[in-house]
Amino acid sequence: MTGATHRSAEEIGRTERGPRPLPELGEPRPGRQPEVVDTVLDNGLRVLAARHGSVPMVELRLRIPFAGDDPSHPARAEVLAETLLTGTERRDRVRMDTDLAAVGGTLQASVDPERLSVTGDALASGMDTLLDVLNDALTGATYPEHEVNGERERLVERITVARSQPRVIAREELQRHRYGGHPFAREVPQAADVAEVTTEQVRELHRRAVLPRGSTLVLVGDVDPHEAVDAVSRAFSGWQSTGSARELPELPPVEGGDVRLVHREGAVQSQLRFSAQAVPRTDERYPALQIANLVFGGYFSSRLVENIREDKGYTYGAHSTFEFTPGNGTILVDADTASEVTAAALLEIRYEFGRLALNPPTTAEVESARQYAIGGLLTSTSSQAGLASTLMNLAALGLGQEWLASHPDRLRAVTVDEVAEAARWYVPTAFTGVVVGDADQLGGQLRGLGGVTLP
Amino acid sequence: MVARVLTARTEDARRLKDMVEPQPHRLTLPNGLRVVLAPDAEPGADAPGGPPVVGISVHYDVGFRSEPQGRTGFAHLFEHLMFQGSESLEKLAHFRHVQGSGGIFNGSTHQDYTDYFQVLPSNALERGLFLEADRMRAPRITEENLRNQVDVVKEEIRLNVLNRPYGGFPWILLPPVLYSTFANAHNGYGDFTDLEQATVEDCAAFFDTYYAPGNAVLTVAGDIDVDHAAELVHKHFGDVPARPVPERPSFDEPYPETQQWGRHRDPHAPLPAVALGYRLPDPVEELDSYLANVVLGEILTDGDASRLQQRLVYRDSLVVDIHAGAGLMGAPLDARNPDTFTITAAHSPGVSTERVMEAVDSELDRLATEGPTSEELSRVAARWSAELYRDHDRLISRTLDLGSTELLHGRAELVGELPERVGAVTAEDVAAAAKALRPETRAVLEIEPTNDSEGGAA
Repeated sequence: MTGATHRSAEEIGRTERGPRPLPELGEPRPGRQPEVVDTVLDNGLRVLAARHGSVPMVELRLRIPFAGDDPSHPARAEVLAETLLTGTERRDRVRMDTDLAAVGGTLQASVDPERLSVTGDALASGMDTLLDVLNDALTGATYPEHEVNGERERLVERITVARSQPRVIAREELQRHRYGGHPFAREVPQAADVAEVTTEQVRELHRRAVLPRGSTLVLVGDVDPHEAVDAVSRAFSGWQSTGSARELPELPPVEGGDVRLVHREGAVQSQLRFSAQAVPRTDERYPALQIANLVFGGYFSSRLVENIREDKGYTYGAHSTFEFTPGNGTILVDADTASEVTAAALLEIRYEFGRLALNPPTTAEVESARQYAIGGLLTSTSSQAGLASTLMNLAALGLGQEWLASHPDRLRAVTVDEVAEAARWYVPTAFTGVVVGDADQLGGQLRGLGGVTLP
Repeated sequence: MVARVLTARTEDARRLKDMVEPQPHRLTLPNGLRVVLAPDAEPGADAPGGPPVVGISVHYDVGFRSEPQGRTGFAHLFEHLMFQGSESLEKLAHFRHVQGSGGIFNGSTHQDYTDYFQVLPSNALERGLFLEADRMRAPRITEENLRNQVDVVKEEIRLNVLNRPYGGFPWILLPPVLYSTFANAHNGYGDFTDLEQATVEDCAAFFDTYYAPGNAVLTVAGDIDVDHAAELVHKHFGDVPARPVPERPSFDEPYPETQQWGRHRDPHAPLPAVALGYRLPDPVEELDSYLANVVLGEILTDGDASRLQQRLVYRDSLVVDIHAGAGLMGAPLDARNPDTFTITAAHSPGVSTERVMEAVDSELDRLATEGPTSEELSRVAARWSAELYRDHDRLISRTLDLGSTELLHGRAELVGELPERVGAVTAEDVAAAAKALRPETRAVLEIEPTNDSEGGAA
């Protein structure tokens, strides 16, 4: 194709010396555990601060449990998150952004059925400014009328864009399918509900629900952890509450059942989404289940990816992950496939569920997954941002740095038999799910396969 | 306030330079392979000591601008094939060895280069180098694997382009409006018909032409000892045979002489959108002018206080979202000349493209005549330094930045110098950059929603 003379593919793939042996691994060098202070302030806010990383930055994560039963809660919460950082008694929207920018900082708020979350960062020398701006919003957000009105209108449009994304549609359908009317299923608010939200409702929600007690703040970076906790304590002294921020009501267990086919007009690819009940992260069976999940579809070298991508070419990516909430854990499996191979992919996924349970992971499979899990802890927490997010995810489940530090040993202790035991969570009857795609094209084949509810 | 920021930013720039740039070590093997070795900062009095992790990347000097007519998407398809086995490694072995050592891997195809990378616990350094060397020396390209990866790539394109709203916006859709040559204008993901016609013979020719060791940069960063790493590099890459390195063509072409218009009908998009594309100064030959455009992009749309957010989003409510910046793929300094400055926005059906453009033009005019304020410049410089720190705190980003900068600019050191150079951009420089974004030489791409069902599930 380039015109020049070249070797054939056979010639390229062969050398005189022939194949070479894979080098052995060296002695692992243990990572140094970061110094972490983990404490609860007088106002009930849990603070985790860690010195970590190689750059003069600080990462901030704030989690405020933010559940609500009222059907209008998701819309009000969404408008609140969009306008939390748009004005206080002391700063308008531009002032907030300018003060943050002066210390190389950013702050962003977002909300889901579980929590209101603020993510931020700044030069470590600007941590006090970062905390001051955040405290200003938490204790003095005014929700200016014109900002609320503007964001509300934009939200209505953004919601329309969100709901045009196949992955958003699929997630919404799966949540409804496995949790029905539970508040956890209400992720993207309804545009009509958002259009009704008033400034006074947002202010009322802030007063009632933006509370320190039960919330968690994580700071990671080029900071002294004790001094960082003192700085938070000083900056947030005016943020007080007697009541606690509200956690999500308990989730019912996911029950296995038929997959529901959902029609999407004009789809050329289908979203396959499955879920089954698992154990909480705090459960002693979790390390074995983590390894079983990796072998199933939790990394590239898994049975599922090697089958439906590398052997059959049905998908660009297939994944199997856990979703943890306090006291609960579920398995989520996803793959997107062209309409013409969707039914075939569904069949292969079911086959792999059954195969994992009946033909459990071999010693070699367990060892590979074990090393990946241990190495993954190292690579994912090597950056400040990575450690901050990891600590927050653990804190939300009532865990801390000591769990992170001891998890490699838990993984090393897992036996092949324990993985085989954990693999039983994958029996095909444990799963339910949805397929989103062109039902006109998929219906016939899926009906033939069975276990699928057609629209 | 401003003075304090200026001081902080100079100190930060200096500090970053010391940290990111503990002068990367460099060597060139007899076969032409360029090597950049960037250990974590030497353990000093207050250095925390880096995590026991290494980053390895190989950048080949070929991207999708180099693929021939009739073979759109070939550079990317070939990237997939480089993971499909080599003389010492069966299919699937690369993935299994990286992940089974506790590491992660990936590759990506850009306009002017293709990269491959791994992040591993540092005890797997030699294994990681072995895996890269084996496929540089003797990749195993078979008909079966080619057909399999054509299917996988088509699924990737369905996922990222065909089955979603705003797929390929603007990186696939804007270039054919702004550029007239095949190299610059064509779709780098490729047409399905072209992908299906790719042959094993094409792959062999592409590899022999572009994947010579002299056409690549190997970067090793993180928890390494320089001498030991250099020894391992010689051991594993030393006997990759030298091959001729192709002469790199210029992809330059004349600027458009009139405003160019294009329209794309998107069956999944619920809102109209527009992309404006402008030519940029040569990123390599005119770096400081190029950086003035980087600063301009930040002043226009970074943060709530930025000009276009203030005007088009908050004040006039013309658009839902807006973004401006240098680079077609979302990041500046990712390509050689020609490169593209883009402004993209999604807006309500009730707002015309012309109204959005008028507002953008009036803000550009204001910046061209008055220049930015010193507070705006400080804001950009501080955020940019901070963002670079964050980026480089991630070993994978640091490794890839050093490699691509060495490849495109010939000097990995530039990575550490950028904060200072961005900080040195003046109000006049930004005004000149704004003035150069002229309507008569730009491309306008409109996204027209054609979906009646609002894209939702029925």
